[in-house]
Amino acid sequence: MPFETGNLKEALAQRGVSRRDFLKFCSAMAVTLALPPQFAPRVAQALEKAPRLPVVWLEYQDCAGNTEGLLRASKPTVAELVLDVLSLNYHETIMAAAGHQAEAALQETVTKQKGKYIAVVEGSIPTKDGGVYCTIGGRTALDLVQEIGGNAAAIIAVGTCAAYGGLPMASPNPTGAGGVGTVVKGVPILNLPGCPMNVQNLTATIVHYLTFETWPATDQFGRPLFAYGSRIHDDCERRAHFDAGQFVEEWGDEGHRKGWCLYKMGCKGPETFHNCPIVRYNEGTSWPVGAGHGCAGCSEPSFWDTMTPFYRRLPKIDLLGVEATAEQLGVGIVATVTGAFATHGVISAIRSKIQPIDRHEADLEEHLP
Amino acid sequence: MTTHSTHVHHLSKEAGRIYVWQVPVRLTHWVNFFTIIVLSLTGYYIANPYVQVSAREAYGPYFMGHVRFVHFMAAYIFVASLLLRTYWAFWGGNQWASWRALVPFFTPEGRGIAKEAFQYYMFIQREPPTVLGHNALAGFTYGIIVFYYFIQVFTGFALLGMADPGGLWWNLTSWVFPLISSQYIRLLHHIVMWLLCAFAIHHVYSAFLVDAEEANGLMSSIFSGWKFRVDPHKIEEHKERSAKAKATKTEPLKEK
Ligand code: SF4
Repeated sequence: MPFETGNLKEALAQRGVSRRDFLKFCSAMAVTLALPPQFAPRVAQALEKAPRLPVVWLEYQDCAGNTEGLLRASKPTVAELVLDVLSLNYHETIMAAAGHQAEAALQETVTKQKGKYIAVVEGSIPTKDGGVYCTIGGRTALDLVQEIGGNAAAIIAVGTCAAYGGLPMASPNPTGAGGVGTVVKGVPILNLPGCPMNVQNLTATIVHYLTFETWPATDQFGRPLFAYGSRIHDDCERRAHFDAGQFVEEWGDEGHRKGWCLYKMGCKGPETFHNCPIVRYNEGTSWPVGAGHGCAGCSEPSFWDTMTPFYRRLPKIDLLGVEATAEQLGVGIVATVTGAFATHGVISAIRSKIQPIDRHEADLEEHLP
Repeated sequence: MTTHSTHVHHLSKEAGRIYVWQVPVRLTHWVNFFTIIVLSLTGYYIANPYVQVSAREAYGPYFMGHVRFVHFMAAYIFVASLLLRTYWAFWGGNQWASWRALVPFFTPEGRGIAKEAFQYYMFIQREPPTVLGHNALAGFTYGIIVFYYFIQVFTGFALLGMADPGGLWWNLTSWVFPLISSQYIRLLHHIVMWLLCAFAIHHVYSAFLVDAEEANGLMSSIFSGWKFRVDPHKIEEHKERSAKAKATKTEPLKEK
């Protein structure tokens, strides 16, 4: 790491990033954090003065998609520099060091910077059978995350796997996987779910901490409100077609070519909280719904199990091994009830023919003067 | 045998005619009837928008928007109706409007009537139990319906609240999402609609059946409020018969 002091100004100058680009980045960060534009200078000042914030990046049961997301940028962006310069001490996937050297760097951070560093965790933690399903350097992920995460100032769980268990946790969850929050207690945990999370949101979270020295406000699932404060459906660029009643009925049909709403193709935008439509992926070029595919609901705690089938609106209902949709079940219930009462009606009609009620006479005697 | 045979003062001067369903009971019944139909139809469209709205641009049509608006308005009216009915069940209403009808199994009398009603429906016993309000079994099914209403209102507002995190409905309902995923809340909202449809069939059928068999004016009572202790036709027949009987008693005297 060439910039031990965390002097961002110097680092930016060395890498040829202009002041203009830096201020643009600060404005973008302020906007991402849903701050008024007046905060951009404050963000810039804070970043320039910010002390070095050590970050270790840990990977467990995952696909490295969040690391991919981090590296996705085609040119070194200011965001990358900020993350790089201000932080990364240890990243299992992308660091140059390997083996004992790498582990030593990690141990040094954990012991020397105890309570001061940030642990970014990617991937779920298996807990079944003592956590043997994921081990690094002979130690289980469970053991590692409890030590490294437990000694951190805060944990940022990136991606849905680290936040809530994600794909490894999908039924039948063979490894007993869960999110970081289920195994580490007593340390503030910020969840940045998504498959992958958006690097913009990770950067903004760290910038928020550097600027205000607090973590951003979160919702009931530990997700920062600035990024997960509203539904995809409510910010979606296809929303006008939803309200109009214009829906894609089939892949490649006229509506699909015209960019209509993907609701009937199983889009989970109405149940998913994330800022994808605003921030977008790959340097703001596109995002799933923008590219013509429904939202898969990847940033919700119950992903994967409740968001499948991806091309239907609702989960299937398991009726003793037979799968049914809500509609099939409902129509079935209504048909059964109708049949039952129709039968009952026929029998009742026959009964009243052959055996009419005669109690009314007796009632009359009782109630008439 | 009957739950209310002691309340003779409810009998009108006309024999056996009794004012059972008060105005708020009938009003809320019909408001529920209409709003549930509207909510089911609009809800079905929202779940599965089968109407193809076609236009080149989206700024003209607003079909889904309007359907949702009607759904939400009907929902608010439905909730207002439920609140009125709840008040009436606890404080305002007469004995037949009371919430007690929904939990009949707590009293021996209720259990007895429920058993009789069950045997009647199952063709074990010929005669339905004679009651003025709901029979215990019917009361119990209404208890289930009230529970369904509660689920629909809660899940409905929870889903509505998702559009406005931090708003009123969100604050009242979002605690449920860590317990049950919003997808299952939505699924529940859909399934209970079908259960209410099934109930409606049962409800109308049973009302017709009891009306036909008991001739107590059940079907018209939900419009007028009045029920008959005994079949009005039978009263007429009885009057005629007793008049004839008098006549036949006196006529032979004249002849002689
Ligand atoms: S494409 Fe999906 S998120 Fe966008 S408006 Fe349609 S249903 Fe909502």
